[in-house]
Formats: sequence, structure tokens, C-alpha cells
Amino acid sequence: MSKFSDLTRLPDARGHFGPYGGRFVSETLSFALDDLEKTYMRLRDDPDFQAEFDYDLAHYVGRPSPLYLAERWSDKLGGARIWLKREDLNHTGAHKVNNTIGQALLAKMSGKPRVIAETGAGQHGVATATVAARLGLKCEVYMGAEDVERQKLNVYRMRLLGANVIPVESGTRTLKDAMNEALRDWVTNVDDTFYIIGTVAGPHPYPMLVRDFNAVVGREARRQSLEEFGKLPDALVACVGGGSNAMGLFYPFVEDDEVAMYGVEAGGDGVDTGRHAAPLASNAPRGVLHGNRTYLMSDEGGQVSDTHSISAGLDYPGVGPEHALWKDVGRVQYVAANDDAVLEAFRELTRVEGIMPALESAHALAHAKVLAPTLRSDQNIVVNLSGRGDKDIMTVAKIDGLEF
Amino acid sequence: MNRIDKRFAELKAQGRRALIPFITAGDPAPQHTVGFMHALVEAGADVIELGVPFSDPMADGPVIQKACERALKHKVRLTHLFEMVREFRQSDGDTPVVLMGYLNPIERIGLEAFAEQAAAAGIDGVLTVDMPPEEADEFGPILKQRGLASIFLVAPTTSTERAATICAHGEGYLYYVALKGVTGAATLNADDVAEHLAPLRGLTELPLCVGFGIRDGASAAEVGKVADGVIVGSALVSRIAENAERPEAIAGELKAVLGEMRQALDALPAR
Repeated sequence: MSKFSDLTRLPDARGHFGPYGGRFVSETLSFALDDLEKTYMRLRDDPDFQAEFDYDLAHYVGRPSPLYLAERWSDKLGGARIWLKREDLNHTGAHKVNNTIGQALLAKMSGKPRVIAETGAGQHGVATATVAARLGLKCEVYMGAEDVERQKLNVYRMRLLGANVIPVESGTRTLKDAMNEALRDWVTNVDDTFYIIGTVAGPHPYPMLVRDFNAVVGREARRQSLEEFGKLPDALVACVGGGSNAMGLFYPFVEDDEVAMYGVEAGGDGVDTGRHAAPLASNAPRGVLHGNRTYLMSDEGGQVSDTHSISAGLDYPGVGPEHALWKDVGRVQYVAANDDAVLEAFRELTRVEGIMPALESAHALAHAKVLAPTLRSDQNIVVNLSGRGDKDIMTVAKIDGLEF
Repeated sequence: MNRIDKRFAELKAQGRRALIPFITAGDPAPQHTVGFMHALVEAGADVIELGVPFSDPMADGPVIQKACERALKHKVRLTHLFEMVREFRQSDGDTPVVLMGYLNPIERIGLEAFAEQAAAAGIDGVLTVDMPPEEADEFGPILKQRGLASIFLVAPTTSTERAATICAHGEGYLYYVALKGVTGAATLNADDVAEHLAPLRGLTELPLCVGFGIRDGASAAEVGKVADGVIVGSALVSRIAENAERPEAIAGELKAVLGEMRQALDALPAR
């Protein structure tokens, strides 16, 4: 009997995870969210819908993704065996596609011809543009102007896929501003547009449905752990921006009390410098942004703070509401990895295992480096390698003083 | 009696429509706001909606986003808004003032503390754009206890069932959002507004005020034919933007825009 069983019955009918979550939106969007919730609640247990979702995951995404033992890296670090859940091998190169496949099916069922999305690093934008191309849906992606600059390759990928990428010049010109602009678009075009949110945040029912679509990661990892090493892992590690890849890995293990979980936020220059994107690890105050209540980095006047991270995908001042609750009840430990430790982990995995991780995923690797030596060699850590690092080559090159 | 209810009772007795201007507090700089409020009253404002600047105004178009940015350059906070209203009240004890904004700045100082300070400053109502009635279980009673009206939005997409819930929670007046979109967007369609207001009459005694898409005397009069009040924001805020470098000209500009609307509304037959 798990002491965390109650967590599996959330959110409640109004989309709350304890004091977090909810539906804090302007009135015009209420009906669209009601509609989406009804559609999803009807389809989530519909065998035909699930069969179509599973088929697409198998034949279009390439699931199941492998659970790979990073043997050389484990030996080098000493201590626990480190297993990588290879979401980087998915079609489009990250876990994001699990969710966009699911939401695109919902868009199709809703008969909406146009989809919109926000994106930070561009991975969710690419995953959305990909499924939109496949289903023949019109697609517009909002991306902070600063991120458009940082992630040129993904911008061009989206354009090749037929999406219109709209640079957002307002505010801090990053992910949160892209989400503001996507919400403004949705409120204006709500009749014909489906908003594909890319993380486990936003107004209810998004945190729930994005979690459910990504939970395939944890279900596979649980089964693969039993197959590969005959028991459950001792620890799970995943990076947390909004928190969708961490939620996907963690959720199917939530009642396995013996499995420790670590969510790794973007420590930037360091949590004590103020230049970071770690609302949970830094104990940010409670706040409301983008439709949900959560831990939110904001100043004393309630203005949302500028964030900093080497990875555009984690550069966000809030976090999914279910993570906020899991922090409070102690189910998951939330820590931060600083930019320099992240870069070191990025380089090390590339050189030792021949796997180049996304800078987002390298946050999880940086914590695994700290954790592994504290465990015994018969213990196992599963790290979510949520995305591949090709998109980050330019960022790393720039740090190395190279321009192409 | 709350100043808002009193004002609408007077208007009803006179057969007139309410004219409700919106400006962002602290735009273009905090020292001008109280003067602007008095100018709006001189030009015929019945209620003033004072916008609380926020870093992420998701329901607003570019005009009000930029107003927030101008105000936030001066680090305008709720505590400054309270001071502004307190100063306004020294010479105007009658015109109702409604704070309009987003929930996060309010939550950050605490719901109880906010309600206490807002009431003490002479504020009469609060419209929290991103807090529908379903999320107001805690905040609603706290505001009520301090005599502050909770004002809610109704949209073209609101179902009759939801509208009934909103009407049951709403106080002061009901803010009908005339457009699917953000503030300052396209021009509204008066026939469409009339069609949506009709069923609301059966649900509530609250005055029905209409905002979004009202730019001049003509559009104010169109809406005035079917509504109890007209709310104008971006048309005023864009004048502030145009004159941000010469703020001494702004009060006159605001009076010109609002005065034209006042005349157009008062030229309509009595309600």
C-alpha cells in the first residue's frame, strides 16, 4: 500500500492538484476548455481512440524507445548503474511528439482545421508542425524572438514542415511570452483553432492530458526495468521546465514508494544568483500564470521574473501544477543543475557514450553524476534522455568561441 | 450602499447610460494618474476602471500591453495604486473606482491584505480578468466582507448555463466582452451584442455594460442603444501612448475622446 495513492486520483473535477492547477483564464476561453475536457474525458477510455494513439506511437514515433545501459559512463562515475530512457530516438528527436500525437488526434476529432502552439527550444514546435503536416492541419507556432535567434535550425525545420513561425517581441521574448501570444491567438480564433500546449501546465484539462499522453514513457520504463534488471529502479531523474518529460516518466511510478524521484530544474548561474529558472528548487512563491496556480518566480509586486537558462526549453518562470503538489507532499525531490555542470554533462555523455543529449536533458544527466556515486553498484538509476542535442550544437559552439 | 450601486441607481432614475473609461495606472508615469482620473470625471465618466499593470497581460492586445510596460518601467505596484485612489478620493468622494487586472499581483500581497488596503483606499470593485467565478471561492467572500464588488466578465462564447453562474456571483455590473479576442481588437457588431445581451436580462438585475471594440461616439451610441453602460479602454490608452513624451497634453486628449462619447450617449432617447 502506497502512502501516495491519493496522488493518482488527481486532478479533481475542477482541475485542481491540491492548492495548484485550476482554470484561471479570461471568460472567452472557458467554453473551449469545457469542450476540450468533455472530448478528452469521452475519448480517454475509448478503445478506438487508444488504439489509434498506440498505433501512431508504434509506427510513426517508433515506440517503445529503448532503455539503454550507459555502461562506460556508469563505470567512470562509480556507483549505481545508469540507464537512459532514449526519448531522443523518437521521431522528431524528443519526448514532445508523444503529446502532440495525442492532441492532434483530439484536434482531428474536434473538427478544427487549425492548430497553434508555443515553443521554447523549438522541440514542441517541431513536434506540432510534424503532426500538423501529417494530418493536413494549418499550423502556426509562437516563439520568443530571442529563442528564434538561439534556435535557428528548429525554426527552419518548422518552416520546411509547412508551419508559420511567428516571432514574439513582447516581454522577455522567450517561452512565457510565446505562451501569452498563443493564448491571445486562441481567444481570437477559438472557433476554428485547437491550441496544442506543449507541457503539463496551462489551464485544466491541459496538465492532465499532457501527463496522460506522456505517461507512455514511464509505463515502458517500468516494464523495461523489470525485464532488464529484474526490479524497479532505485531512482528516476528527469529535467523539469514545465515538466512534461519528468511527469511522463514519474507518473506510472508514483505509488512505488521505494522509487526515489529527482526533478532537475535549470539552475542557470546558480539558484542563489537570481539568474535561473528553478521555481521549485528555489522555493519561489505561489502564483498564477497561464491558467494555473503553481510555484512562480515573481517579484514582490507580483510581476513575473525574468529567467535565465542555457537551455531555451527550460527557460520558464513557472512549472506544472502537479509537480508543485509533488514537491509539497515530498513525493519528488526538486533540485537544480547550473549551466556549467550541464555543459560538462553534455560533453561527457557525448564523448563517453557517443550520445549527444539536448541541453535540457543534460540537466538530468548533471544530477545523475552527483547521485550515482552515492549509490551502490547493484542499484539502478533511470534518467530520461528526453531529447537529442543536434539543435544545441550552435549554442555549444558559440561557448567554444566558434562561429559557422 | 456601495458607490457603484448608488451610481447605477442614479443613472437608472435619469434614464442615462453609464460611461466607463479604463486607463492603466502609472501610464505613462505614476504622477499623472490622479490628474487623468479627475479629467475623465470632468468629461463625463460615471465609473473609472483603473488597470493594474502586469508583466504578462494575456487578455490584452498591444495597446494595453505597452501601457503596462510603460507603467512597469516606473515599478508601479498595487501599493502605488492604493495611494493614487486615496489621493483621488480627497476631492472626489462619489465616482466609483474599479481595479481591473490579473490575479498574480493580488495573490502576491495576499487576498486579505489586498481587500483591506483596497477598501481603505476608497476602491469600490475588483475585476480580475483571469479569475472566473469557479476559482473565486476564496477571494469572493473576502472582497464582500470589505464591501468590495466582484465584477465578472461574460463573453460571446459563454453558455447560458455558465452565464447563470456568473450572474449569481457577480456584483456591481456585468462586463460583457463584445468580441472574441483581446482588448483593442476589431470593431464590434452592435446587432451581435444585442442578441447576446437579451438572454442575460432574464438572468440578472445587474446593469449590463459592454466593452471591447468601442472607439468613438458612433460605436458608443450603437452599443448604448442596447446596453446599460459602455466601457472604453484602448481608444483612451492609445492617446496616452501617442502623447507619452508630452504628458501635459494627455488630459485634454482623454477629455476629447470621452466627451464625444458622453455626448453621443446622452443624445440617445432615455432608457
